[in-house]
Amino acid sequence: MSSLDDLYREIILDHYRTPRNRGELEPPAVRVEGFNPLCGDEITVYLNVTDGVVTDIKLTGQGCSISQASSSLMSAAVKGKSVDDARAIIATFKDLMMGPSDAEHSPAELRRLGELAALAGVVKFPVRIKCATLAWNTLTQALDETSN
Amino acid sequence: MSTFDARFVRGDIAQLKRVVNGHPLTYLDSGATSLPPRAVVEAMDRYYALHHANVHRGVYQTAAEATALYEDARSAVARFLNAPGGADEVIFTKNCTESFNLLARSWGATFLTTGDVVLLSEMEHHANIVPWFQLRDAIGIEVRFIPVTDDFRLDLSNLDALLQGVKLVSVTAMSNVLGTINPIREIADAAHAVGALLAVDGAQSVAHSVTDLVAMDCDFLAFSAHKMLGPTGIGVLWGRKALLDAMPPFLGGGGMIGDVSVTGFTCAPVPARFEAGTPPIAEAVGLGAAVRYLEGLGMAHVATHEAHLTADALTRLQDRFDGRVRIIGPGTVDRRGGVISFDIQGVHPHDISQVLDQHGVCVRPGHHCAKPLMKRFGLNATARASFGPYSLTSDTDALLDALDDAMTMFGA
Repeated sequence: MSSLDDLYREIILDHYRTPRNRGELEPPAVRVEGFNPLCGDEITVYLNVTDGVVTDIKLTGQGCSISQASSSLMSAAVKGKSVDDARAIIATFKDLMMGPSDAEHSPAELRRLGELAALAGVVKFPVRIKCATLAWNTLTQALDETSN
Repeated sequence: MSTFDARFVRGDIAQLKRVVNGHPLTYLDSGATSLPPRAVVEAMDRYYALHHANVHRGVYQTAAEATALYEDARSAVARFLNAPGGADEVIFTKNCTESFNLLARSWGATFLTTGDVVLLSEMEHHANIVPWFQLRDAIGIEVRFIPVTDDFRLDLSNLDALLQGVKLVSVTAMSNVLGTINPIREIADAAHAVGALLAVDGAQSVAHSVTDLVAMDCDFLAFSAHKMLGPTGIGVLWGRKALLDAMPPFLGGGGMIGDVSVTGFTCAPVPARFEAGTPPIAEAVGLGAAVRYLEGLGMAHVATHEAHLTADALTRLQDRFDGRVRIIGPGTVDRRGGVISFDIQGVHPHDISQVLDQHGVCVRPGHHCAKPLMKRFGLNATARASFGPYSLTSDTDALLDALDDAMTMFGA
């Protein structure tokens, strides 16, 4: 498998072409914008949290396949989860992005990551890591706002 | 009689002999930075190896040599630009961006006042926008923009009205996104007719066409060395001598003073006034070598060569991909240089660049530090291929093959 195929896995191309949870939520949903000033990628996260559970999440924005697929995968991963679980998923994903590019992932880790494991190949392309993490940083900010 | 042959130029660029990701390197990002020929690298090497000393101070032999080399570079730049007032009009800065900051902070803060207007264009890059917004926030000037037409030209139809209250027009000679070459002399005449000055951003134009300050009749010109086969870390602000003489220093320190006492200081004459501290000496030597190298090629020949490459690439991008590649810029080489921005439906510029990299092809994705222009055309990024004097049509061959692969991969 060439490294480019590592980056553009079929799951990623699928989420890029058919992004999940696209759209907006009305207030009182929290709305947070994220920008990548270097490349112009932008994302807006809309978040509803009720009784400590992410009851709904929607996304708008534009960017490359990695940023768009990552945000789509993220929305699917956290929707319906408790805020604590969502934060744990964010932490796991951040660890994945910060790990060594030749990291071997245990079956338990891969199970925990689920479809997100498709983004593991991004680590081999350091300039693209910021594409993959934009949505996650924006979600962190949105979760912080809901707890304020 | 010209001996210009891009294949010989290519032979002078060591990096173009590299193999990257299994392919010969195809460098199509000269709009971002250019690749220095051997003569530039060797001139800087030789300087550090044999002549390095601080300039303008020591009386010993090597200090005199370093000073002579540094000042030779200034003279070479003045000659290259056909500067009417000679070398004293050439100020060395860090880069084009610093040149605009110098202009705004020194000339702008001194000669502009609340309500005065600085007229820019929608196709400027951030270096010629942000310093003026900073000045607006500091002293309350108005910043106004010449719009860009749907066919990627400056809309000068309303220029007389736009010039009302304007003290300075500051526009690019060539867009770093669109490739559009602007009618600088026409704008200079219109600006001067209302008593305004004209500053020109030459970052993209100086390395790709003849620069003749007398013919352009502008009042300031800013550019960077590294986009014209020179090193990073040095740029130029050229200005008319009388204007520079009236401007206060931008940075304070050694080298820019006439006298210093415990009660204050006086300024050195230009250009030293604007070159506080130890300057980038090796970089100036490299810039001088780059200028001499370009003069050896002949800028008219460089322009002709790049126009040929651009015409060929525009035609083939349109023919081969049957309209799926949208050119963001003029479709012909009429008043247009060799930077080609494009958009492919369904493939983001970052992804295009990533796939191209696997083919050893270097292009640039992003907003190219020109966000107002991106917004004007409803884009948040383009992919951009840009040529230099060492580029060949074989570079375009590699670009087209790699684009084919990118479009297949993304089903575009």
